Amino acid sequence: MPSDPTPLSDAVLRVSDLRVSFSTRQGIVQAVDGLSLDVGRKEVVGIVGESGSGKSVAMYSMLGLVRDANVTITGSVLFEGREILGLSDREMQPVRGGEIGMIFQDPMTALTPVYTVGWQIVEQLRAHTDMTKRQARTRAVELLAEVGIPDPKSRVDRYPHEFSGGMRQRVVIAMALSCNPRLLIADEPTTALDVTTQAQILDLMEKLQGTYGSSIVIITHDMGVIAEMADRVVVMYAGRPAEIGPELDVVRHPRHPYTWGLLGAVPRVDAKSRRLTTIPGTSISPLDVPVGCAFAPRCEHRMDVCSQRPLMRGDGSHQDACWLSDEQRVAIRTKATAQEASS
Amino acid sequence: MIALVVVILVVTLCLLAPVYSGVIAHTNPFVSNLQGTFRLNGETVQVMQANTQGLGLGVTPIGPTWNFSHYFLGADQQGRDVFARLLYGGRASLLIGTVSAIICCVVAAVLGLLAGYFGGAIDWVLSRILDILWAFPVYLLAISLSVILLTSGLNVGFIHIGAGSLLLPILIIAAVFVPYVARPLRGIVLSLKEREFIQAAIGSGASDWRILTREIFPNVAPSIIVFFPLMVAFNMLTESALSFLSIGVQPPAASWGTIINDGLGLLYTRPAVAMAPGIAIVITAVSLNILGDGARDAFDPKAKLRGSI
Amino acid sequence: MLAFSIRRLISAVLVLFSISVLVFLIFFATPGVDPAARIAGRSATPQIVAQVRHEFGLDRPLPVRYVLMMEHLFIKHDLTSYENPGEAVIPQVLLAAPVTLSLVLGAAVIWVVVGVMGGVIAAANRGRFIDPLIMFFGIAAVSVPAYWLGEVVNLITQSKLHSSVFSWVPASGYVSPVSNPFEWALHLLFPWLTLAALYAGIYARVLRAELVNALNEDYVRTARAKGLSERRILMRHALRCSLISIVSLFGLDFGALIGGAALLTEVVFGLPGVGYLTYVSLQSLDLPVIMACVMYGAFFVVLANAVVDILYAFLDPRVRLAK
Repeated sequence: MPSDPTPLSDAVLRVSDLRVSFSTRQGIVQAVDGLSLDVGRKEVVGIVGESGSGKSVAMYSMLGLVRDANVTITGSVLFEGREILGLSDREMQPVRGGEIGMIFQDPMTALTPVYTVGWQIVEQLRAHTDMTKRQARTRAVELLAEVGIPDPKSRVDRYPHEFSGGMRQRVVIAMALSCNPRLLIADEPTTALDVTTQAQILDLMEKLQGTYGSSIVIITHDMGVIAEMADRVVVMYAGRPAEIGPELDVVRHPRHPYTWGLLGAVPRVDAKSRRLTTIPGTSISPLDVPVGCAFAPRCEHRMDVCSQRPLMRGDGSHQDACWLSDEQRVAIRTKATAQEASS
Repeated sequence: MIALVVVILVVTLCLLAPVYSGVIAHTNPFVSNLQGTFRLNGETVQVMQANTQGLGLGVTPIGPTWNFSHYFLGADQQGRDVFARLLYGGRASLLIGTVSAIICCVVAAVLGLLAGYFGGAIDWVLSRILDILWAFPVYLLAISLSVILLTSGLNVGFIHIGAGSLLLPILIIAAVFVPYVARPLRGIVLSLKEREFIQAAIGSGASDWRILTREIFPNVAPSIIVFFPLMVAFNMLTESALSFLSIGVQPPAASWGTIINDGLGLLYTRPAVAMAPGIAIVITAVSLNILGDGARDAFDPKAKLRGSI
Repeated sequence: MLAFSIRRLISAVLVLFSISVLVFLIFFATPGVDPAARIAGRSATPQIVAQVRHEFGLDRPLPVRYVLMMEHLFIKHDLTSYENPGEAVIPQVLLAAPVTLSLVLGAAVIWVVVGVMGGVIAAANRGRFIDPLIMFFGIAAVSVPAYWLGEVVNLITQSKLHSSVFSWVPASGYVSPVSNPFEWALHLLFPWLTLAALYAGIYARVLRAELVNALNEDYVRTARAKGLSERRILMRHALRCSLISIVSLFGLDFGALIGGAALLTEVVFGLPGVGYLTYVSLQSLDLPVIMACVMYGAFFVVLANAVVDILYAFLDPRVRLAK
């Protein structure tokens, strides 16, 4: 097990060796294969990976939101020291919404169309606290104001379809934070929004995090979002963690070839224009995961030893699951820099 | 799956009606047999037996003998073998149901495709016609048409259909249900038109005919396939209702509906006559419905999420 | 909303007009069909047929006859029957209407309650045994010929078990609620149950399908993440969104039934409602009565269609703004 930077008492969330598999007609799909991560107080942890990397499934299965009858979930998830994996719906209900808030990807369909936004926020408040209707409604108006909805006193009685996408996402955020949760999980919160709104939403989330003091787990496929918000990063590929570490370390000194690909694919305004790197090959089907390192088929630096699955290793808080040694990495980087300089 | 087996079984049984009545039961189910007798377990039994209850007047047909070779389900007022009539009636009912469903689906598909694809004036006219047909209370329309056409047949230009022909109920029932199928199909075509692959086909200069047959129709076909067994069931039920009201299948031909009608007078004394065709209709219609649901689930990738029948 | 409603009602009127024309053409102008011959009977001589034709004004041009009939029906209110000359048609229809109304209202209450309960229970327990069981009953309900079910009910209650279990069931017929409410309900009990059975099945199936679809929607996932109980999610979120289509369906069915679509049930149970009147008049080819009944029925169907469209816009907040 990797050495632990966060003492148990400070970890809001501690995931150990989470495995999620689905049995389908075509075979067993291992959607999440051994994910371990910690989230400390007031920390923002970003989980990044392409579609199908298992990042969303991991979070949903932690909260018991995976309703498929063919799923098997093993491992341990400690929330504030309490095991929440395997709890019944009844036991989880106070946790969901009350202590862990969730924000979903598509704001257009996330709210029930037939009730006003105020009604839906009040519903959550009254489910977890013993506020009266009037108190809850006042709080709902406050929340709408905090997330930047103009004229909240009248907007609180409007229906979701009367809001734009960005505004709806703000409502969803308001709802998720309404009960002062210790942890907020955001599943691609900005993917469905345009670029300007994206920036606004991210700013809002940062601001609220300061006010409420909650930890955030943000799931995304966009390294830019990671760079903007995350304190620490988990890079996932094919359901497995590829690299974990403080955001600055991972972005400045990435170790896993997949991370190199992800970072290389980010267009940069400051550097002189160069071709964006693409990661060769296509993302693998979850049914076809190779025996050894999952990324090996697409990796330019694959070696013989990669037919064995690499374990997470590294010093301190920055870990990676790759057989490349530090010397090899330095060599690769030197070569790449030389190439760039000469082109 | 069981449903499929049941349907095939029913169809086969009914198709074999002539075999049964000719070879096994040795009766002619279309001819009155008031004076007839037959042998049962060595005894000679009268088909129409004297009434022993009530006032002791008149005759009552014999009840079910549960013997396959003679009057399995008993006789009706005319002394005819009920079971044999049931099988023949099944042929008529199934024939009418199936053929009218075919006609209905074909016409509805054509109208729906044309209206949905071409839009504009064509759509407006076709939709208005469908609307009017649809707003007409279905049973009233079927009954009205049947009443009129069944007394004197249909004589339009070169089309001459006799009053007793089975073609009349077939056409009437088919026509009445066309809007029921055409509207949803038109809706599907409308939403298909917005999809990218259709736009691409239009953009690449394919002819309308080509788009309709190669792109649109294959995507509408699953819905038609799902509709079909449901329409057969619906049409059978409608036909039986019309026959029950004596404006469907005309005597001497029999269908399950007419047999029920025949059996009304005997309802309290010989319930089998009216019950049997009803049960037959229920079994067939249930199986067809289950088949239709099964077809719909087979075509729908999200069906697994929903479970149940 | 107002403009939409007005437009919808105008198109309803146009449809009614078209239906009246269509009915008229069917009965009076089907090619190869001679209404006079039909009225006179199959074995009438040509003179009698000609006489009939003149008596009923059938020798006038088609559009004139149409206008005349409409005038008698709607304006002068004195359309008289062919079968019973001198007897006004409209009062006959009006007399029959409350019977149909009693039948349909009672049955509607039963089928809505049973159907909704069935759909909710099936959806809440999807995958478990009771779910396919309820759905099977739903399919069976749709597959039973209405009149046959009525006859079977009669068979059981009037004959087979009349002396024992069902001795309290009255003979068929209708009793006005004004004169004796208890007898009114008792006479209608089995007709209610028979008519309701058919529709309850459909509604349970439709509602279950809608509910299960709703339960797979994103907003239900959000509701779960909010920590709401499954029951609350089903009853407050999924059901509320699914009821919209049930309400539309109900509006259409109710309209059709009020207009006389329950004729088979009425005939089987001997209830002198509009459907029964239609049936009788069809048997005797009493054309004015047929015309009146069909127009009556069509009116309610068209009205129901329009009301449902407007109601849908009202119930679904998303549609409201768009209109």
